[in-house]
Amino acid sequence: MAALGSPARTMRGLLRELRFVSAATGRPYRGSAAYRYLVKAFRAHRVTGEKLCRAQHELHFQAATYLCLLRSVRAHVALHQEFHGKGERSVEESAGMVGLKLPRQPGGKGWEP
Amino acid sequence: MESVRGCCATRVCGAGVASLGVFCPGFRAGRPPRLSGAMWRRCLRLQDSGRRLRDQAMGGLTARMGPGPGPTTQPLARAYAPLTERKRFYQNVSITQGEGGFEINLDHRKLKTPQAKLFTVPSEALAIAVATEWDSQQDTIKFYTMHLTTLCNTSLDNPMQRNREQLIRAAVKFLDTDTIWVEEPETLVELQKNEWDPVIEWAEKRYDVQIGSSTSIMGPSIPAKTREVLASHLASYNMWALQGPDLACVPAGIEFVATQLKSMVLTLGLIDLHLTVEQAVLLSRLEEEYQIQKWGNIEWAHDYELHELRARTAAGTLFIHLCSESTTVKHKLLQE
Repeated sequence: MAALGSPARTMRGLLRELRFVSAATGRPYRGSAAYRYLVKAFRAHRVTGEKLCRAQHELHFQAATYLCLLRSVRAHVALHQEFHGKGERSVEESAGMVGLKLPRQPGGKGWEP
Repeated sequence: MESVRGCCATRVCGAGVASLGVFCPGFRAGRPPRLSGAMWRRCLRLQDSGRRLRDQAMGGLTARMGPGPGPTTQPLARAYAPLTERKRFYQNVSITQGEGGFEINLDHRKLKTPQAKLFTVPSEALAIAVATEWDSQQDTIKFYTMHLTTLCNTSLDNPMQRNREQLIRAAVKFLDTDTIWVEEPETLVELQKNEWDPVIEWAEKRYDVQIGSSTSIMGPSIPAKTREVLASHLASYNMWALQGPDLACVPAGIEFVATQLKSMVLTLGLIDLHLTVEQAVLLSRLEEEYQIQKWGNIEWAHDYELHELRARTAAGTLFIHLCSESTTVKHKLLQE
């Protein structure tokens, strides 16, 4: 399929996503099992005698699918954090939105213990 | 009389024994009512049953609060921590090979499904992908991002007890209301013709079936032969049958993807490597994309849905492919 692009591009994208994943653990991404597996799989399917290799195409398709998965999960989480994950505003913030400030009494209010 | 009832209702038991029409048995004219032993036991039993009812209601609520895929690796259920806020409690995620397949280890504990079965997958790539999902969680565990884990848990646990026939039938049912067969009688119809018709033609040619498109709301009527052909094709997919019982993992994956895309034909295109995930999602959301181009894009709604749909579809497609393949590496001898 022409829409898949080149395998090199898919591989680069996958490595980039793996770098983002490894940022969570703090360990280098080259040590992760996913990196090792991907490198091994891509190398194994590079050399082939046939002109149209179905297995190679299958691997590329699966790699592209996995890349799409990683990318969209990251985008989804980012969008959620930005738009849906903030929770409620505090009282101070809400007052500040209309230009008011909460009152402060140095001695405390009468009914507080 | 009123004074007796008053004392029953307020002083003796809060459960309102007077509403049951129970009189103080020890009532004698002129003597203050005394609580007898039987009456006291009846009061306690009422209080207990009320408490039990209230706990049952609360228990039902809390059981439904937590999302489905929450694999707990501890044998004791930590009921006090809601599943949506679990912190990341492990440092390393690794993969080991057991008898049934590949297993995931969080630190030194083995990953288990929500029904406390051991989490085994037959494919190494799938195990690595699941491990990467667990590894990418920062601070808190967001179960709604771990689509592959969810799919594997569903096929391992099979909580609805559906065998493959039921799943295949559910997937084929989508043919009736496939999204790419109903064309709107508007300006959108040109776009739909251009995009969807090639896919329909490919599907008809590939599976040798006859289906057309329709403009009515009911959709085209699918001939029974088409249904049989597609059902048998779906059934021919290799099963994840390493364990004894017939696990319907591939049809589960197919049904998941069809539910996401609302189209069986697009799912078939994905399975046969005819469409990429981005293309399939675009075709599924064709009308929405048309409206977005016309009226504008709302990031926190359109993009949010788009990425979630892409993530789920990609996870489902990957799941299907990894479950139904068998990797054999044949080393060809270099001939000089």
